[in-house]
Amino acid sequence: MKNSLGSVDTVLLLGGRSEIGLAIVERLVRDGARKVVLAARDPGDTPPVIGAAQVHLLEFDASRPETHGEVIEAAVKLVGDLDVVIPAFGVLGSQEVYDADPVAAARAVAVNYGGHVSAGLSAARRLREQGHGTLVVLSSVAGIRVRRANFVYGSAKAGLDGFAQGLGDALHGSGARVMIVRPGFVVGRMTKGMSPAPLSSTPGQVADAVVAGLRSDAEVVWVPGALRVLFAVMRVLPRAVWRRMPR
Amino acid sequence: MTLLTGWGRTAPTAAHLARPRSREEVAELVRRASDRGVAARGLGRSYGDAAQNAGGLVLDCTALTSWSLDETTGLVTAAAGLSLHDLMKALVPRGWFVPVTPGTRHVTVGGAVATDVHGKNHHADSSFGAHLTSLTLVTAEGDSRTLTPADDLFWATVGGMGLTGVITEAVFRCVPIETSRMRVDVERTRDLDHTLETMTATDDRYRYTVAWIDLLASGGRMGRSVLTRGDHAGRDELPRGADPLAFAPGSTLKAPPWAPNGLLNPLTVRAFNEAWYRRARPATGLVQGIAPFFHPLDFVEGWNRVYGSNGFVQYQFVVPFGEETTLRRIVSRLSAEGVVSFLTVLKRFGQATPGMLSFPIPGWTLALDIPAGRRGLAGLLREFDGWVAEAGGRIYLAKDSRMSARDAAVMYPRLQEWRKVRDEADPAGVFRSDLARRLAL
Repeated sequence: MKNSLGSVDTVLLLGGRSEIGLAIVERLVRDGARKVVLAARDPGDTPPVIGAAQVHLLEFDASRPETHGEVIEAAVKLVGDLDVVIPAFGVLGSQEVYDADPVAAARAVAVNYGGHVSAGLSAARRLREQGHGTLVVLSSVAGIRVRRANFVYGSAKAGLDGFAQGLGDALHGSGARVMIVRPGFVVGRMTKGMSPAPLSSTPGQVADAVVAGLRSDAEVVWVPGALRVLFAVMRVLPRAVWRRMPR
Repeated sequence: MTLLTGWGRTAPTAAHLARPRSREEVAELVRRASDRGVAARGLGRSYGDAAQNAGGLVLDCTALTSWSLDETTGLVTAAAGLSLHDLMKALVPRGWFVPVTPGTRHVTVGGAVATDVHGKNHHADSSFGAHLTSLTLVTAEGDSRTLTPADDLFWATVGGMGLTGVITEAVFRCVPIETSRMRVDVERTRDLDHTLETMTATDDRYRYTVAWIDLLASGGRMGRSVLTRGDHAGRDELPRGADPLAFAPGSTLKAPPWAPNGLLNPLTVRAFNEAWYRRARPATGLVQGIAPFFHPLDFVEGWNRVYGSNGFVQYQFVVPFGEETTLRRIVSRLSAEGVVSFLTVLKRFGQATPGMLSFPIPGWTLALDIPAGRRGLAGLLREFDGWVAEAGGRIYLAKDSRMSARDAAVMYPRLQEWRKVRDEADPAGVFRSDLARRLAL
């Protein structure tokens, strides 16, 4: 159960190797979480040590939505009620590659959007039944206004952000909640070799913001917070200007 | 599904809510419970998650309100959902008073038993459970059992946070009174040492005592307090012509439905504390009504809303006599951190009941209210938990909303013994609450 000051007991991370995801889990464990499930493709047998928490591993493939319900059930069998569920899987890819390979683009979208829809709905069903719990959805400013420089990735995030808003509204009053996280450019493994955009953050900073958001029952968390203001402006820029954005 | 919280308005969860009108209906609902279990709820005055049951069934017991009084013995038989407010309105004009009342009248008899509530007379009269002669409990199979202090299940139920069954009725001994007024002495102390000394030396002269501490006072004035101590007044102490047993309390103020977070901040609370301390003119033999003496906050309906949407946390612990250093350490830390606590109350506890999870043990108890949005609060309170546990003290489960399962197990050394009795009475774990899940009771 989440306590009155936002500490939780159990965490399920879907995409168990995600840098941001693991950074969030580490912080939740430091704050008192005792049971963690890491779900990933080929998870191996040796769970990583995360503080004093009991860590379980589960096989999880984001591209096979037909298995997502079972993974949620398996996690419940391992740790009981799920206090926080974090689907943190995803692929970035480059727009140039997608332009040349439409099939690869469709597969990336299937993971970045479709995978989150099936995982999110499966998790939401459980959270609704148990009458409490938070689904943390890792959206991105790339989906707030889609740019030509990465519109395949951005459009999937736009879909995901809309899905998360709708799901959050659907869950209103059920005890279950959705928290949407909108980071800007995150410097990490996923963006290795790219030059950071202004107002970028690290996985640790994203995780700090997520933990603070859980404490205050936030519905939307921008990382850093200044992006909220920036994107209020970006959203209304004329198309002719937006099209010329360098990246 | 209905969203429920405790009095602190934190950590809401959803449950199916039912309002049984008889013991038979309670039994029927318990028998039909899903695997998410059942929790009983009264007036929702527990601060944390004791009367919440996420995804399961919550029984609103406030329709169970029958009662009777044996005027020769003072024995009251009351249904679990009856509030002490309604009970006092009936008893006081007949010349009887409840054996123990907490700081609000708006608790139910069932809740008073389940949390083994204490009041300003704990040093003299112990807690609610000490005055019970029997209990009726609807068990996991839906049977009604009558328990007496000779049963282990009785003392697992007193203070057992509703996790042994649904309490439907209690029989307890009341106290004869000549009047509905209190004879009160008010005193101000200079600092914490002076407060502790005065209470230790002279508390036993009074049946009811409490100290309100100004936690924001620092330096040489740290721990300065207002002591209010008193007894039931006799008939001859009232002015001629006054109705000796008149009792018609009401709430005169209503808190606004919405208040901004941060309304209670160091500035406003410091000002309030200063005013409260100065206003308390030392006096002896002051004649006061029951309501202002025992339940000053009941005059403001819904005062918990003043803390804004973030809600608040009440932290109440007890440390045994001889562990005053721990008390001092916590008070000076709170004072140094400038923690905003609106009404901080210090009290000396006397004899404990045999309740296995009852909170009171002989020692000092301190209770404070803190806005939940305060930065760094979780870490600070976790640190205090460690000190309290180490001193052989404990946190009050009825107030808790945030401690860890590990600390709870250390603070309540009879938890294993309690679990054995509970598991025997409820092997399938029908009775559940969010508190029980969070603390792995």
